[in-house]
Amino acid sequence: MTEPNTGPASHKQPILRLSGISKTFGAVAALADINLEVHEGEVVALVGDNGAGKSTLIKILAGVQQPTSGTIEFLGKAVEIENPAHALHMGIATVYQDLALCENLDVVANLFLGHELSPWALDEVAMEVRAWQLLGELAARIPSVREPIASLSGGQRQTVAIARSILLDPKIVMLDEPTAALGVAQTAEVLNLIERLRDRGHGVILISHNMDNVRAVADKIVVLRLGRNNGTFKADATHEQIISAIMGSNDNSVSRRESVEKERNQ
Amino acid sequence: MSTLNKDAPLAYDRADARVRADEGLAGALRSFVDRIKSGDLGVLPVIVGLLVISTVFATLNPVFLLPNNIVNLLFDASTVGFISLGIVMVLLLGEIDLSIGSMSGLASAMIGVLWINQGYPIAAAIGAALVSGALMGAAYAFLLNRFSMPSFISTLAGLLALLGCQLFILGPTGSINLPYDSFLVSFGQTLVMPKWLACGVALVPGLMMAVSGLRQMKARKAANLSSPGMSVLLVKVVLLTLLLEAAAIYLNLGRGVPWMFFVFVVCVALMQYALTRTQWGRSMFAVGGNTEAARRAGIEVNRIRMTAFMLGASLAALGGVFSAARLATASQQAGAGDVNLNAIAAAVIGGTSLFGGRGSAWTALLGVLVIQAISNGLTLLNLSSSLRYMITGAVLAVAVIVDSLARQSRASHGRA
Repeated sequence: MTEPNTGPASHKQPILRLSGISKTFGAVAALADINLEVHEGEVVALVGDNGAGKSTLIKILAGVQQPTSGTIEFLGKAVEIENPAHALHMGIATVYQDLALCENLDVVANLFLGHELSPWALDEVAMEVRAWQLLGELAARIPSVREPIASLSGGQRQTVAIARSILLDPKIVMLDEPTAALGVAQTAEVLNLIERLRDRGHGVILISHNMDNVRAVADKIVVLRLGRNNGTFKADATHEQIISAIMGSNDNSVSRRESVEKERNQ
Repeated sequence: MSTLNKDAPLAYDRADARVRADEGLAGALRSFVDRIKSGDLGVLPVIVGLLVISTVFATLNPVFLLPNNIVNLLFDASTVGFISLGIVMVLLLGEIDLSIGSMSGLASAMIGVLWINQGYPIAAAIGAALVSGALMGAAYAFLLNRFSMPSFISTLAGLLALLGCQLFILGPTGSINLPYDSFLVSFGQTLVMPKWLACGVALVPGLMMAVSGLRQMKARKAANLSSPGMSVLLVKVVLLTLLLEAAAIYLNLGRGVPWMFFVFVVCVALMQYALTRTQWGRSMFAVGGNTEAARRAGIEVNRIRMTAFMLGASLAALGGVFSAARLATASQQAGAGDVNLNAIAAAVIGGTSLFGGRGSAWTALLGVLVIQAISNGLTLLNLSSSLRYMITGAVLAVAVIVDSLARQSRASHGRA
């Protein structure tokens, strides 16, 4: 069932290597003995059912939570990611599912939040120009960068959040369900953007429930189930293979329905 | 895919066809009207309120608008103004400091005890008052950061504790008079700017606006961004200068512009700069708007809270020092009664949201003028303090209702 995958660039040292990561909340083991490697210019998709531990893993990498045990190696060195600022500083940028934007601030302020140019006399002009350039690279359709975030649509907010993540040119960008709220054209743009990130040598960790999106851009698909590694696939793995790894076995409602369909067709 | 081209004839922010280009005076006026209609009222309600209040009181008693009465009003406004400026810092984070009144009372008691009774130099006494304010603010921030203790509770506890300190250090006598011939008391009661200086200083904001406006226009043009245009800037500068000159000349018909009020306005301007043009200020608004987002953006939320509470309580202490100077006494009554709520009401009436993330330093100035105008006008009408409390309460209620209506309108127009 589980195919060991060596990844496209496994001969090189990975940017990020997790080994034996566990996280417990009281009696609940949200993550148990997770291993994960992300290489330069590689898109790793993290898939799994609800409660599989994807979000917990993302939070650990973003410095929001600390692992109970296990080691994180970043650029070959063992590190502890103490807080979100530390993660950003190291070069791990995160786009959260809830986007984490400040609705009372405008687009420019949100893009540069925490990283404003010239802290003692904000360089609004330079920030605004950079904002337009970043949004231009994403082909974003945002009419004005001086409007508060509250006036933007869901898709526009997603674009702002993604633009913000690449502001600091991070080594790794983590995207938590980046296309869930987007229209067809914007989803395609985000997928293009993910490929552009890969081409620029960033490592990308993508969480998505949309298997078409995952298979379209991912180099490697890592399946989590109930807080454990449950298989690693190449992008050419079949839909059924991935689904059954997500569901845990062949004996589940999805595969049962499929086999019933097959029998009927025969 | 429509990549923006650096050499495109259109400015970056004019490239989208859906954006109406508001150029020139007419454009500025049109976007202003749009903003008001969508509920982004800014300081408009408080200006209108100030005009209404002035008209009413002037009709009831013409003394209200006499230059010397306005000078008195400005002296009074400065002391509460500092306390109000302090509370703005805390309100911007969506927190509250209920102990600012007691803090100012303790600070004024410290001036009396340390300076008059113990004989320390005045500067040391003021320094000690400011430091105790900063320490108290740090304590609130620590309780909030470390134990997630709501500031409502911790500052309520602080209110009682500080009041106790004030009564304790004043001892059984209960009140200490400050010498009338001292600099501090003349600063609080009589010192006004020379007339020529007041008129000269009134030109400065306009000049600064012109210089920074021109510089910004140049920078935006060089960076291929649109700018509102020369005519808009010119009108703004001329209006501001005329307004300030008129005010200075009018006050000069009386005693003149109080130095204390000048110091207050300079502090407000400095805080406004810090809030709008520095990274710290941006972080303040971010923490007030969405704390979790601010934390994830790498902002050290705990440190921002610490600075806000320390600044808030220190400014309250400074307000207490100035109120001791204004009254020439440090007594058990200082900071008691309505000082606390007047300062908070001033910030809210001025337009600072109680929910955090919205407001400015100017709201303290405008709000305190409203509060002080009401108090002054009612005193001129020989109304008792019972009526004064009721009317101030009603004005505060109206201000909050206007704020809520504006917020609903902003929400339906898609503005935060």
